[in-house]
Amino acid sequence: MTRFITSSFSHLILFIGILIMVVPVWMIFASSTHTSSMINMNGLQMFLGDSFYENYLRVLLYQGGFFKEITALKMFFNSFIMATGVAILSVVTSLMAAYALVYYRIKHATLLFWIIFITILVPLELRIFPTYSVMAELNLVNSYFGLIVPISASAIATLFFRQFYKTVPDELLESAKLDGANTWRFFVDFLIPLSKTMIVAMLIFMFVFGYNQYLWPLLVTTSEQYWTVVMGLKMMSGSIVHRFAFVMMSMVPPILIIIVLQKHFIKGVFQDK
Amino acid sequence: MIYPPYFLFTYMKKVQFKSSYSQYLFLAPQLGILLIFLYWPIIQTFRDAFTMQDAFGFGAQFVWFDNFLFIFDDPAYFIAFKFTIIYSFVITLITGSIGLLLAVQANNVMHGKSTYKTLLIWPYAIAPAVVGVMANYFFSERFGLLYHLFHELWGFNWYESVFDSYIYVIIAGSWKQISANFIFFLAGLQAIQKSVIEASMIDCKNSFRRFWTITFPLLMPTTFFLIIINITYAFFDTFGIIDTTTIGAPSGETRTLVYKAYMDGFRGLDLGSAGAQSIMMMLIVLVITIFQFRYIEGKIHYN
Repeated sequence: MTRFITSSFSHLILFIGILIMVVPVWMIFASSTHTSSMINMNGLQMFLGDSFYENYLRVLLYQGGFFKEITALKMFFNSFIMATGVAILSVVTSLMAAYALVYYRIKHATLLFWIIFITILVPLELRIFPTYSVMAELNLVNSYFGLIVPISASAIATLFFRQFYKTVPDELLESAKLDGANTWRFFVDFLIPLSKTMIVAMLIFMFVFGYNQYLWPLLVTTSEQYWTVVMGLKMMSGSIVHRFAFVMMSMVPPILIIIVLQKHFIKGVFQDK
Repeated sequence: MIYPPYFLFTYMKKVQFKSSYSQYLFLAPQLGILLIFLYWPIIQTFRDAFTMQDAFGFGAQFVWFDNFLFIFDDPAYFIAFKFTIIYSFVITLITGSIGLLLAVQANNVMHGKSTYKTLLIWPYAIAPAVVGVMANYFFSERFGLLYHLFHELWGFNWYESVFDSYIYVIIAGSWKQISANFIFFLAGLQAIQKSVIEASMIDCKNSFRRFWTITFPLLMPTTFFLIIINITYAFFDTFGIIDTTTIGAPSGETRTLVYKAYMDGFRGLDLGSAGAQSIMMMLIVLVITIFQFRYIEGKIHYN
């Protein structure tokens, strides 16, 4: 009986927690399916209206921005390129760097180690203008390269991979060496397949990280052609229901990825087998 | 799980490759990117901080610590400093306690654990700027539900009241971060060995006391990890929230240090001041890290 009471109490608390998370998003979604005059008269809505297709189609294809040069569809494309680029570039470079740090006898290993990991203490926000001026000097403003590379300059994933390699038994390398595997073969044929969970987790993490960038795209894209979704939110004009619809759509990709790949993500980050 | 201090020690395999060059091929891509897109800008930050651009932008002059003295003379800097401290403290407290509460309940239930996990994990993925835009709708004077609710209760008006604007950005900033705290606490709880919990159940019948004397101390590593995560979040990631909600309203009281530095550099084109403010923040991050090493790490045990 007590067991039943305490567990009902737990369910109740969890239910309230879920309401706090779901209700605000639901209300914006419900409101996005109404007409602007409805919202202006009656405020945010709890129930669905019938302008869903009309509002969402208009937002996707509407020519937004100051110069009316970009549609939301193009912004999604840009965000997707940026997030994918950040995920792949940072994960590939981190996999390799962590490999060298763990599996090699390197001169000045401690120094190299610190050069790489101290960077975690200096997020992009602390060097935003100088980074911009470096990009300007290299002629990389208004380019996908400019959106992607400074965000990929991160040693977070390196840290996770290094941590993971530590748990790989030493016997693996010994037996690989007996099989005559060289350093490249060992890396590609043994270590990468073994790190699959971690790689997926880091790809998800960095994809969401890249997709959610706000300040950097705001600064490095002066041409509307390179606007991303998250920064575009602030730039988009239009009536209130169209803005609701845009907000709703902007959160779909990262939420979908986290929910669908949840197991891999948690498995990798917490390293439980 | 990875805890901050734990990783900061060099580690190498006993069996290794020895080579004169191939290790550098593996290191080169990441080192190259870090050197060009991270170290070069950091060096420029220092250069900016110790120089002053002349009014016409023709050159820069080395001015020692003038930029630093200037920001210390600026009352707005201390307002931003005060807000950042309060903001990170309150966000850490709110998101940590709600996240812990939910995690304990989710760990408690027999059925539906993974459903609850799914239903609580997703806000983590939403960009702070998107959360800010959403919060905007709930705090708008025209149709904002929370605005009207609070207005009825005590005359809430974030355009003019500092306290009310704090409430606005704290609610907006805490919402999604509850998720992250929940996930990490739940993982921490699940990592505690069953035998420890079973033994404690025999010794202590009161589940409330059992939690605070047995379970919570065992969660210490997770707690301290989350404190750092939450402070970092409040310092840096909330830029998108501030920029889409109050923009510093009423008059600069809700600007974080990062937000102020950005505004001074971008709107005011004062790169010297922005650089000096960045270096001050690097120092703050460094102090927090050292503090964590020296005082907190010594006092907890990892199992």
